[in-house]
Amino acid sequence: MQTKHLIAIDNFCENHNVDISFISSLQQIGLIDITIIENSEFITTDQLLELEKFVRFYYELDINLEGIETVSHLLHEITNLQHEMGMLSNKLRLYE
Amino acid sequence: MTFVDYYKILGLEKTATPKDIKNAYRKLARKFHPDLNPNNADAKANFQKINEANEVLSDTAKRKKYDQYGENWLHADEYEKQKQQQGQSTSSRNFSGQSGGDFSDFFESMFGGQGGGRARQPKFRGEDYSSEIHLELLDAYKTHKRTLNVNGQSIRITIPAGIENGQIIKISGHGGAGSNGGPNGDLYITFSVANHSRIKRLGNNLFTTIDLDIYTAILGGEITIDTLDGKVKLKVKPETQNGTKVNLKGKGFPVYKNEGIFGDLQVTYSIKTPTNLTDKQKELFEELRDSQ
Repeated sequence: MQTKHLIAIDNFCENHNVDISFISSLQQIGLIDITIIENSEFITTDQLLELEKFVRFYYELDINLEGIETVSHLLHEITNLQHEMGMLSNKLRLYE
Repeated sequence: MTFVDYYKILGLEKTATPKDIKNAYRKLARKFHPDLNPNNADAKANFQKINEANEVLSDTAKRKKYDQYGENWLHADEYEKQKQQQGQSTSSRNFSGQSGGDFSDFFESMFGGQGGGRARQPKFRGEDYSSEIHLELLDAYKTHKRTLNVNGQSIRITIPAGIENGQIIKISGHGGAGSNGGPNGDLYITFSVANHSRIKRLGNNLFTTIDLDIYTAILGGEITIDTLDGKVKLKVKPETQNGTKVNLKGKGFPVYKNEGIFGDLQVTYSIKTPTNLTDKQKELFEELRDSQ
């Protein structure tokens, strides 16, 4: 994997002013994946938006880790349903 | 601009304590936060209102000004200064320069700001903007460029052929400016692709119905049909039945971000029986019927 697709967790925590332990907890409950290269921890850039969202949940909305896990699952369901609704809506247009 | 009652927005009395404000904000933020309400414009608007109310009421100095001057609270300092200069004691004065729209200038500069919660002073990402582009089916058939005007900023974008109705694309960094050195927000564009009068689309496939005269349907022949890519000649088999479907491979819609790859076009024949027959024609049809 190319390192340009990775963000050092130290840098992320410094920029967002969050505890490293929070990122570790997210990994432990399976919400993010951490890549370790030469004893340094990284996240892939494709997880960045999701991780920033978890940070907002925790620090701004005061949602605990169990809550974040539940919300994340439900949001995933909502996204799938919205996608399905869009497809069905386009299919209906065939009969308009 | 109509007066925005921040207490009412948070469901509070004027006597609310800082703790009441914090709790009320937190409760409503969990309900309306855009992260928790994907693609919900109403929730986003509500969140902006409660965020603005919280920014003012959770700050002791701002709250004091708001309580004293109401809708003119943003100009409280200006008013105080003027009052001192004039030595007057009037308590109501209208100042020009109130912002239009649904939210105050103060809020515009603060959106995306902190809402309390666990202690931290991070860099804030700017607000995400959203916009909608309406396209005709033919517009979506070819890759083309468009210029958008979003919040006074001109943005030229390339719209790839094959874009779907309802599809949302993200233009990174073209949202609101970040605060405390945070990154800009993103611009989300939703595409609305209109139906074509003759040709319907489902994904990458197109569907059309072609009227076929009874003689060609029975005896076979060649017809020319219009597709989005121009005219196409079709051979009609003899004894073609009404509702027969013909699949034209690669004559459908371009596949999004897959240059040169197209879906199929499905043509359905609708056989039209002749009307206003002459006596001679009726005789010929009777002859045909009797020969069966």
